Amino acid sequence: MIIVGEKINTSRKSIEEAVEKRDVGFITKVARDQAEAGAHYIDVNAGTFLDREVDCLCWLVETVQNEVALPLCLDSPNPKALSEAMKRHKGEPMINSISLEEDRFQSLLPVITSQPCHVVALCMAQTSMPTTVEERVQVASELIKKLTDEGIPLERIYVDPLVQPVSVDTRMGIATLGAINRIMNDFPGVNTICGLSNISFGLPERRLINRNFLALCISYGLSAAILDPTDKQLVASLLAVEMLLGRDEYCENFIDAYQNGRIVGG
Amino acid sequence: MSDFKALAESVMKADIKTAVAETQSALDAGSRVQDIVDNGLIAAMDEVGDRFSKGLIFVPQMLRSAKAMKECMKLLEPLFQEGDVTSKGKVLIATVKGDLHDIGKNLVAMMMEGAGFTIIDLGVDVSPDKFVQKAQEVEPDIVAMSALLSTTMPAMPHTIEALEKAGIRNKVKVMIGGAPVTQKYAQEIKADSYASDAGSAVSKAKELLGIG
Repeated sequence: MIIVGEKINTSRKSIEEAVEKRDVGFITKVARDQAEAGAHYIDVNAGTFLDREVDCLCWLVETVQNEVALPLCLDSPNPKALSEAMKRHKGEPMINSISLEEDRFQSLLPVITSQPCHVVALCMAQTSMPTTVEERVQVASELIKKLTDEGIPLERIYVDPLVQPVSVDTRMGIATLGAINRIMNDFPGVNTICGLSNISFGLPERRLINRNFLALCISYGLSAAILDPTDKQLVASLLAVEMLLGRDEYCENFIDAYQNGRIVGG
Repeated sequence: MSDFKALAESVMKADIKTAVAETQSALDAGSRVQDIVDNGLIAAMDEVGDRFSKGLIFVPQMLRSAKAMKECMKLLEPLFQEGDVTSKGKVLIATVKGDLHDIGKNLVAMMMEGAGFTIIDLGVDVSPDKFVQKAQEVEPDIVAMSALLSTTMPAMPHTIEALEKAGIRNKVKVMIGGAPVTQKYAQEIKADSYASDAGSAVSKAKELLGIG
């Protein structure tokens, strides 16, 4: 399971303030905490700075990579911000994200083919959000074809099937799960990735819902997730499920996380 | 004035069967259609929106109450006479250019409709020009814009500018909302109001139009 640490996002107030003040100490601590908790990538998002996004994102890339020896997930739809951030990035970044929306696809294509990188492919088409499994798989197939035609290997593509609130339509959970299953079966080698919190919009006890949804996603084949790796209950669910699915030999990861205080039970 | 407590209660509890039966019995008892709508259904939905804003009830419960109201309206609508039920105001609503996320917008539209507003929903990804064009056509009291992405928020001031250019900015009130949107942002771009959720959108709209 590939974990992308989601915490360095300026839509969170404390992060926005830290970026505004160029508070190196605050940002590096959030980065380090996520790295120590087991993140494989650190997401950086400066989207709320709008016209100052390019500078802020570049500063985040340099600040975070000075602290942790991990690749980053560069989180922006802005081609300028992404290409400038990529120039400063050490190693192979993950680009979050491209979609089937025509403008977005065309403007990001030169960026993601300019150097080796991993690409999140969001199941969003031109005119509306997909609702069914079928619509998601359709958009995913088109995206995968277009990206592989451009020479991006399947293994570097992370399809995000889109998560929508179950409070609004109770079929939304199974729509995402079914799409994960189909995409992983139809395109062996491709990755699937998603964020979790949308699923629980409009409901109480959101963290509980999110971690149960993560467990389901993993059992349907999800191979990567954007989440808070410092959430010990969430990581406990993740590791327990991987273990129960027979993906943790000698239960090593689970036990190790327990012995090092990285997980807590109920 | 008749008491529609049982009707309002059943809409609040989203008990569709009872709500429809209560509506029928109110009609049978000779109540005026407008009284049933105002003092039964709309009163109930006001309470639902208020409870939602306070975090006492959740989205599925709100959706279900709205469905209960809709079912009751099916009984009442054929009986409407000209000028029988007056609209609280006309609201033009959509997500802004570049933004396809419509869940929040749909909840707001639903609750406003439940509160007695007339809703003209333009859907998603609506350009400033299209907002203006439709506003000129239907002459709404309120133009309501929604954005879920920080990257699409700038379409809000663009739309406000377009309303200004067309000379109709002073004829409408502008309301905005969406996850990244704040009261501060509303002030910055000179929108008239900001609503943080579907329940408060109704009360903010009423404030804007001076209807309590």
